[in-house]
Amino acid sequence: MAIIKLHVNGKEKEVDVDPLTPVLWVLRDHLDLPGTKFGCGVAACGACTIHIDGLPVRSCQLPVAGVGTKKITTIEGLSDNNTHPVQAAWIEEQVPQCGYCQSGQIMAAVALLQKKKSPTDADIDTAMQGHICRCGTYPRIREAIKKASQKMSAKS
Amino acid sequence: MEPKDISRRKFIRATGLSATALTLGFYFSGESKASTIIKGEDAENYGVSLNSWIHIDTNGKVTIVCHRAEMGQGAYQAIPQMIAEELEVNLNEVNIIFGKGDTVKYGNQITGGSSTVRGTYKNLLKLSASAREMLVAAAAAKWSVQAAECFAESGHVTHRPSGKKMHYGELVVDASKLEAPKNVQLKKVEDYKLIRKPLPRQDTPLKTNGTAVFGIDKKLPGMLYAVVERNPRLRGKVKSYDDSATLKIPGVKKVFKVTMKVFDTDREGVVVLADSTWAAMQGRKALKVVWDDAGFEYVNTEEIYKKMKADLQSKDGLSAKKQGDPDPVLAQQKNKLDVIYETPYQAHACMEPLNCVAHHKGDSIEIWGPIQAPDWVQGDISQKMGIKKENVHVNMTFLGGGFGRKAFLDYTHEACLISKEAGAPVQVIWTREDDMTQGPFRPGVSYRAEGAVNNGEISAVKFRLCGQNIGHWMGSKKDVPNDSVLEGFQPHYFDNIKNISFSDIPFETPIPIMWWRSVYASTNGFAYESFMDELAIAAGKDPLAFRKQYLKNERCQKLLEKVEQVSGWKSRKPKQGYGVAITECFNSSVAQVVKVSKDATGKIKIDKVWAVIDCGWYVNSDTVRAQVEGSIVMALGAATNHEIHFKDGLAVEKNFTTYRMPRINEIPPIEVFIMDNNEDAGGVGEPGLPPFTPALTNAIFDLTGKRIRKLPFDLAKV
Repeated sequence: MAIIKLHVNGKEKEVDVDPLTPVLWVLRDHLDLPGTKFGCGVAACGACTIHIDGLPVRSCQLPVAGVGTKKITTIEGLSDNNTHPVQAAWIEEQVPQCGYCQSGQIMAAVALLQKKKSPTDADIDTAMQGHICRCGTYPRIREAIKKASQKMSAKS
Repeated sequence: MEPKDISRRKFIRATGLSATALTLGFYFSGESKASTIIKGEDAENYGVSLNSWIHIDTNGKVTIVCHRAEMGQGAYQAIPQMIAEELEVNLNEVNIIFGKGDTVKYGNQITGGSSTVRGTYKNLLKLSASAREMLVAAAAAKWSVQAAECFAESGHVTHRPSGKKMHYGELVVDASKLEAPKNVQLKKVEDYKLIRKPLPRQDTPLKTNGTAVFGIDKKLPGMLYAVVERNPRLRGKVKSYDDSATLKIPGVKKVFKVTMKVFDTDREGVVVLADSTWAAMQGRKALKVVWDDAGFEYVNTEEIYKKMKADLQSKDGLSAKKQGDPDPVLAQQKNKLDVIYETPYQAHACMEPLNCVAHHKGDSIEIWGPIQAPDWVQGDISQKMGIKKENVHVNMTFLGGGFGRKAFLDYTHEACLISKEAGAPVQVIWTREDDMTQGPFRPGVSYRAEGAVNNGEISAVKFRLCGQNIGHWMGSKKDVPNDSVLEGFQPHYFDNIKNISFSDIPFETPIPIMWWRSVYASTNGFAYESFMDELAIAAGKDPLAFRKQYLKNERCQKLLEKVEQVSGWKSRKPKQGYGVAITECFNSSVAQVVKVSKDATGKIKIDKVWAVIDCGWYVNSDTVRAQVEGSIVMALGAATNHEIHFKDGLAVEKNFTTYRMPRINEIPPIEVFIMDNNEDAGGVGEPGLPPFTPALTNAIFDLTGKRIRKLPFDLAKV
C-alpha cells in the first residue's frame, strides 16, 4: 500500500492503495466516482475511458502509480449539469439506451473533438471504434458527434 | 443520484385506510378503497398514495413508480409517460422511482417478452385516469360544485365557471379517501398530449453525466467486495483449494466456498472477500482450486451439431403444429428442398457484467442490483434463504443491459449466501470472463426444412427444430413440444399454406440455457424466413411478392407494402442485392429489407437497412425507433460474429477480444418506420431483431447466388 496523490476533476485527492491498482478501481471504490465503468478489464471495450491531460485513456489498464502529476478528468468532471456541448448533443440525439457504455463514449468523443473540430465520418470511425455499445446506439453516437461539432464551432 | 431522486418531504398520514387496498389484482382490487398510504419508507418519502404507482405529497410533487426494469428499452420513460397522460401531470416535473420486488403492489414485474407496455398499459391508463377523477371529485367537494364543471391539467384541478384552481397536493388527502370510480373514460388516441410523442427520455441526462446508478455503482456503509472462482465446467464441485497466497494479499479478508444454484444444479465456487474490488481480484489470481468434475459431460461444439444433424435426419420429433399433411405431398415430390440451418450458442454479453449487492441482516435481506425480475428474486431468496418474503427487499437499479440474462436467479442468490457468510453487506462482481463463460447461454438450434412448390405455389412445408429447450431447465415436461417452436414465424402464413408442420426434436446437453433477446425467434426467424426465400426462388417468384401472396392479412399487406415502398424494392438495380424478411413475436410484426453490394475489393458491404414495425398502440415513437435500431445492430453481431464454442466442457470465448462486438464503423445506415394504427399494443424491445439476419442472408443470395445456412458467417469471406 502507498499514499498516492492525484489530480482529479480539478481537485487534489489522496488515496492509500496498492500502487498497481488500476485507476478505474481507485475512481470507483476509493474516490466515489462511479461514472467510469468496468466493462472488460482488458482495454477491449472502452467503457472505462477517462482523460489524462486531455487524452483518452483506458483506466482499467493504467496503474494508479503511473499517473503522477497528470490531470485526470472523468465523466463527472466534464461539466456541471450536462452543459458540455457533447453531453448536450447526446441528450438532443437521445443516444443512450442502457447507458452503461456512454461515459466512455462521451469521453472519447470529447477527446476527438478537442483534436478535430469538424471530424469526418472516417475520423469518427477511427476515434470511436474501440468503444463497444451492446445496445447498438452507434448511429446516434455518430449524429451526436456531428451535432456537438456544430455546437462547438458556433461557440468559438 | 438514485433514479430521479426526490427531496424527502413530510407527508400527511391519513390514518384508518387499509394497506391491503393496494392489492391490485390488478386495477380494482375489490376493496372498497382503491387508495391508501403506503406504509414504511415509501410513504414517508413520497407522500399520499392514490394507488401503487401514483404518490403525491402535499406540495403537489408527484412520484411515479417504474415497477419494471430499465435495461435500455425505455420502461423508465414509457411507464411514467403513460401515467402522466391520464393523470394530467407534466412529465418533466414528476419524480420517477423504481418499485421494489412486490407482486402484491405491482403484479407481475418480470421484464421480459417485450411485455412492459403491452402487458400493463390498459391497467396503468385506467388507474391513472381513476386517480385523476378522484382528485377532481375531491376538488368539486371542497368547492361544493359539480365535478363535471371541473377539469384536471398540469397537476391542478380548475373549476371552469369560477376559475378556482388547486394543485394536486392540496387535494390528495381528500382524494385518497374516496372510492375509486369503476368506469373511467380513457382518452382517445387523437387527444393524447404525451403518448405517441417522441419525448426525450427522463433517464438520458443521468446517463450522460455518470450519475445513473447501476448495480455495480451501489455502495453501502461497511460494504465488502467479493469475486468468485466458479467451477468453469458449468457445474460440479470444489475438490480442494489453497488460499495461502490469497490471504497474504493486502485487503483480502476471507476465503470460503459457496454453492450457487443454477436451475436445479449446483455450481460450487470459492469466494475471495476483500475491502476493495481490486484486492478481491488479486486474491483470486493467487488462489489455487482443484475441481471435481465427476459426472460432467465434456461437451464439444462439433459433436453437439453433429448429433443435432443426425437427429434431424432420423427423428420426426414432437408435433408442435400441423395443418394439412405435408408428408405425403413431400413424398411424391422429385424436386423437393431439404436443407439444414444451424445457429450458434451465444452469450448475452451485457455491457454491465453481473453483480449484486446483498445485505443479510439475520432475519431480513436487502439486495440491490441489475435485476430484470425483482418479484421472482424476492420469492427465490425467501425460499432458498429461509426468510419471510416480506423481509426480503429487492431493489432494482438501472441495468447496463439485460437481454434475458438478468432475469435469472443465480447471481442474486449467490450474493445473499456470500453476505450471510461475510456477516456484512457485500458487492459481488463478476468479471467479464465470468459473465461470458458461465452462462446460461442462448441455445444453439438446428433446423431441417423440407418443402416443395408446384406451379409457383407452395405445396408443402415441413419444419423440424432440434435444440435445447429452455423450459426443460425450468421443469417443464420433456414429452411435450417446446412451445416456442413457432416463435418468430408470421402466423398469417397459416392462412394460405395448406400443408405445413412444425415439430420439436428434444435435445439435451449439460449446458445451461436461458432467454436471449427475442428468444427462439432469434434463431427461428433465420431458418423460417430463409426457407420462405428458398421456396420463392424455387417458385420463380419475387421474394417480396411471394410473401405478399401468402400473407393476405391486411396488416401484413400494409407492412410489406410499406417496406417495399421505402426500400425502393421494385426499382432496384443490377449489382445490388436485396433481401426481405418478415417475422412476428410478442404480438408485433417487423419487416426488413437489407441492401448489399460488393466493395472495390469484392467484399460484401451492407449498404442500408429499412425496417418497418407494426407494434399496434405504442407510447414513444423515438423509443420504438431506438429499439429497432439497436435490435438490428445486435442481430448483425449475432449473425456475423458471435458464437460461444465449447471444448471439453469449457466455454472457449472469454472476453470481447474473441467475442467481437460490432463497432461504429461496421454499422450500415438504418431507417425505421412505424405503422400507425390503433391495434392492441405489441412488444417493442425484441421484435426488431429476428428479421434482420434472414433479410441479410437473403440479400447476399440475391447478389451472389450463395445461400448461407449456418451462423455466424464471416461477411468478409462470403
